[in-house]
Amino acid sequence: MSQEIHHHNQAPVPAASDTQDTNEFIKGLWLQNPVFAQALGMCPVLAVTNSAQNGLAMGLATMFVLIMSNILVSSLRAFIPRQVRIACYILIIATFVTAVDYIIQAINLELHKALGAFISLIVVNCLILSRAEAFASKNTVSKSFLDAAGMGTGFTIALLCLGSIREILGNGSLFGWQLFADNFENWIVMILPGGGFFVLGLWVLVFNWLQQRQENKEPPSHD
Amino acid sequence: MINDSLWSIFVNASLINNFVLAYFLGICPFLGVSGKLNSATRMGAAVTIVMVISSMCAYGLHALLTVINAPYLQLISYIVVIASTVQIVEMVIKKASPALFRTLGIFLPLITTNCAILGLALFQTNKGYDFIQCLIYALGAGAGFTLALVLMAGLREKLDLVSVPDLARGTAITLMIAGILSLTFMGFAGLGSH
Amino acid sequence: MNDAQYVQLEPQAGRPWHMYRAMVGIGLICAFVIVSVFQFTLPIIKQNKLELLQKALYEIFPDAREFQRYQYQTEGNFVRINEDLDENIIFALYDQDKKLLGTVIRAKGMGYQDLIEMLYGYQPQLQVISGYHVLASRETPGLGTKIETDKAFQKNFAQLDVSVNASGDKLINPIEVVKPGSKTHPWQIDTITGATISSRAVGNMVTDSAAQWIPKITTRLEDFEP
Repeated sequence: MSQEIHHHNQAPVPAASDTQDTNEFIKGLWLQNPVFAQALGMCPVLAVTNSAQNGLAMGLATMFVLIMSNILVSSLRAFIPRQVRIACYILIIATFVTAVDYIIQAINLELHKALGAFISLIVVNCLILSRAEAFASKNTVSKSFLDAAGMGTGFTIALLCLGSIREILGNGSLFGWQLFADNFENWIVMILPGGGFFVLGLWVLVFNWLQQRQENKEPPSHD
Repeated sequence: MINDSLWSIFVNASLINNFVLAYFLGICPFLGVSGKLNSATRMGAAVTIVMVISSMCAYGLHALLTVINAPYLQLISYIVVIASTVQIVEMVIKKASPALFRTLGIFLPLITTNCAILGLALFQTNKGYDFIQCLIYALGAGAGFTLALVLMAGLREKLDLVSVPDLARGTAITLMIAGILSLTFMGFAGLGSH
Repeated sequence: MNDAQYVQLEPQAGRPWHMYRAMVGIGLICAFVIVSVFQFTLPIIKQNKLELLQKALYEIFPDAREFQRYQYQTEGNFVRINEDLDENIIFALYDQDKKLLGTVIRAKGMGYQDLIEMLYGYQPQLQVISGYHVLASRETPGLGTKIETDKAFQKNFAQLDVSVNASGDKLINPIEVVKPGSKTHPWQIDTITGATISSRAVGNMVTDSAAQWIPKITTRLEDFEP
């Protein structure tokens, strides 16, 4: 099974071998932010961000799977032949997603109910597969760990951005803490699916704007 | 388990709880493929076929896993089945109609990472549908997915003719329109119930 | 690069073995990870589920100290079971003196957006439904979720009359769902303004479930004695 992983990539991708270790981590936060720059893993982004807590939990769960699968793929990269690599990656990712599903059930059953089937859907999050294919299969374990940690953190930050706005506007609270007085009219649409689309669209807009400002400031010969 | 009529299952999956606009499944192809109307219809058709086949296989797998009491293998087995289904469908289409295969092109392998298919399998297992209900559920989900994709494609084709601000071009404006579509679909709630 | 390594060291015929080795090896590692996590978390999850269920049941009957599962048999009686089953199960709640406080019945039905799952309490001695608890719902926040918070709606279920007829096969007055404010009889439920579909769904669920279970429980009350 050979399939190409598509990136809706709007940011330049630096070569993996000649960046410093800290760069591996930082690039996932902004330049190659999985949600805003690469548009990967969108499905859970919209579905579970109806509250900040759900967004945070989903982000951490995804980061766990990302880190573990990157580590395993990287340490086994000498043994995985090209023809079966995608099948192996998916097997590894599915294993850790199953594991995190049970772990979440053990930690907090109500959280598991709130996230529902979307925990299992982490396995088809294009982000994890693309990191395994594009990075972990070609780099050392420590670099892969940093890459995963960076991407995972960037992903979690994006989820938090979305979840917080939607919860503040749609419920008047943040992480369950009521922020406004009782006569705050909840903007319910924010918690509904439509609101998810709107807020994400706005964040992408903001991200594009900030990116454009940064590019205009730097001299053209930089990249 | 639930005595839902087949018609209400179909309406629920396609309109009321549209997989794209209500459950946010299948967003990647939704944003990526809905640029052109004919690629949208073809993607929708391919997804529907894979959904129906995967749904039936997932039903059988779930029965098997219950018998051998290995619930933790559910995710892995579903994903393997979906990937295999896509491979087989690809081979069959290649043999049966090379023209169709060429037009579908890259879309088929992409379906494997389409959350909608796995989501369908997981949802129908959680709801405990029997075989016929699963089939109708898959058809409804596929139909709804195709509908959302086609609507989006039509709108985006029109969008190409007007001037969109630079910053919003591409993903941002698509998401805004998807939001409006999602709100309009909420009008279907309560359809078909007593 | 790794591909070059393979061409250098291994003969062409050895390649399939590498694929099998990789798949099987990874399969074994993955199986190990899954099974160990599963075994480790299983008792914790079981405990969590029990606590959650107990919390929900005791909300309906606050004086309860103990609950038991009863399964409906094809012969028409109820038998106490210990397994974690869900089909045809009625919960019986007892206070600290082992006296039967009431039974709790589970109901499922389609709401506005998705399935609603709830428990409701039935006191066979008084033949009324008393209290309910929503287990799972995906209703519209602020509107449909009123089924969990609206005090007037909850009052409907405080003493909902479900008296069984003499022959013990159905309710004398089947539960009716009526418009808000037009409730005149103790066996009616009036819906919530602005959350019609969700509250109507809850009402209909309870109507169907009560019609099915209340006669059976009332006629076999002795099965539930401790």
